[in-house]
Parts: sequence; structure tokens; C-alpha cells
Amino acid sequence: MIDLDDIDRDLLRALSRDASQSAGALGRRFGLSQPATWRRIKRLQQAGIIAGRTLDLDAEKLGFGVTVFLGVKLATKGRVSLDDFERAVTAIPEVQTVEHVLGMYDYRLRVVARDLSDFERVLRRRVMTLPGVGDVEANVLLSEERRLGPLG
Amino acid sequence: MLDDLDRRILRLMQQDPTVSVPELAERLSLTASRLTRRLDKLQTSGVLRGQKAVIDWRALGYAVEVSLRVTLDKTQTRAFDEFIEAARDIPEVIEIQTFLGRVDVRLSVIARDMPHYQQIYRARILTLPHISDIEALMHVARIKSDESLPL
Repeated sequence: MIDLDDIDRDLLRALSRDASQSAGALGRRFGLSQPATWRRIKRLQQAGIIAGRTLDLDAEKLGFGVTVFLGVKLATKGRVSLDDFERAVTAIPEVQTVEHVLGMYDYRLRVVARDLSDFERVLRRRVMTLPGVGDVEANVLLSEERRLGPLG
Repeated sequence: MLDDLDRRILRLMQQDPTVSVPELAERLSLTASRLTRRLDKLQTSGVLRGQKAVIDWRALGYAVEVSLRVTLDKTQTRAFDEFIEAARDIPEVIEIQTFLGRVDVRLSVIARDMPHYQQIYRARILTLPHISDIEALMHVARIKSDESLPL
């Protein structure tokens, strides 16, 4: 694990808001030369701290008005292969994230849909037919904020 | 309104956000200037807000991630606001979501290790206002995390 100084943290904060900023522009903001900034970003990437980039799209403007989180319990643990379930669930286009968790559910899914009836279609046709699926709990997302966590 | 070309552009960019304009133009058999005009339009209309770096908290030494599902005491009219306001002050909270359903609020909490988590849980989480029930899901693995939209 690498040690971060204040400038590294500034860079991480800036890039997690807007990753398209050039090393030159970031350097000017934080009082570094362009090559020095570039080296720092490279180092953060190589250490795996910057794991990549994601496109920031307005889901609602693209017609996806509903996000639902599903807690899924597998019905027949031991008999069903987790691999089979994971392979099938990750192939559903509307399933945006799949997390394997410990607790009252086995998996946590983030599902996006156009509206509630579209969500019902995804739930009935895609999710409920997954191999080994048991109990499913749905919670409709109302609001969400991502925080900078310990970097903030 | 978006047409098929817009959707194809966004689909390819979702798959590889680091793709350059000339490369993307070639893949779509467009001229770079036509693609740039399209991208400008997507940005001005607010559909394409930009790009964000993904931070891997594990690589920063936060090995534990716990999802806390909280039910609030809704007889208190300001329960949501006061709970969320207080949760924002906890540095280890990286996500706050509110729901319609059995769960009211969910917090994503990261910690260096289990003793650290225990300390955050006792000192910061359990002291948050208006909690009537709390359930923890411990994070084991992220199987899919790209958050792509099915365009």
C-alpha cells in the first residue's frame, strides 16, 4: 500500500468529480508541473487506487426513471452453484451491479428500469427465473448521494 | 430526443470511457467533427454529464465494506433529515441512499479492518438519531459493478 500526501488526496478528489481534466489543468490548480502531476496520477493508477473511469450519464434523461435494489436469497444453498447464479444474473442488462453479501441476503442487485411496469417485467421474467433464486426483497431508490468518504 | 446514433455512441463510451474521439469516430464510421458535434449536443442537453474516476477503497487500505440498512422512527417528523445530516459527518460513510420499501435509508460504510469497523459502528453509527432498527450486510465481493445503462 502506498502513502498518500495532501496533493494525492486533492487529485483523487478532483478526479472522482471529473476524470476528464488534463494533468496540466490539475497541476495548475494544485501548484504542480504537468509532468509531476502526470507521474502522480500514473502512480495512483498503478497502485490500483484509481481503478478506472465511469461515464456519468443522467439516467432519467435517458428514460430510466426507476432504480430498485433487490435483496436476493438463494433457495437451495449447497445444491445451486453460485457460479451459475452469478453468470446468469450478470447477463441481465438491467442489472447494473451485483454484490455478494453476508447477512440476511446472499446477493444485492441494483436494477434500472424505465418505470414500475418495466421493472415488474424485469423482476418476473428475468430475476425470478434465475437458477436457485429464493426470497427477493425490493426497495425502490428515492435518492442517493455518493460521498468522498475518508478523502472528503 | 436521442436517436440510434446517440445510443451507439453512449454504449461504446460506457464500455470504454477512456476511448479517444478519433478512435470512437473510426469505430462508428463517422468523421471526428461530426462525432464532436454529437458529443457537444449530449453534453449541453445534460444527458452526458462527464466522467468520474473510480476509487478502489481496498487499494487505499479499507478492506471492510458493510451495507447498513436502517429503519427510522417515522413518528419523528424530521427523522430523515436529521439522520442523513448526521450520517454525512461520518467520514467512513461513502454512500447514503433513501428508499421506498422496508428499508428507509442505507449507508455504505468502509473500515480498515473489523476492529476499526466495530469502533465506527459503536461510536458513530449507533449514536445517529431516530434509528428504530438496523441490519448489516457484510460485503464479500463485487461480481458486477460497471453500472452501465441498458441503452
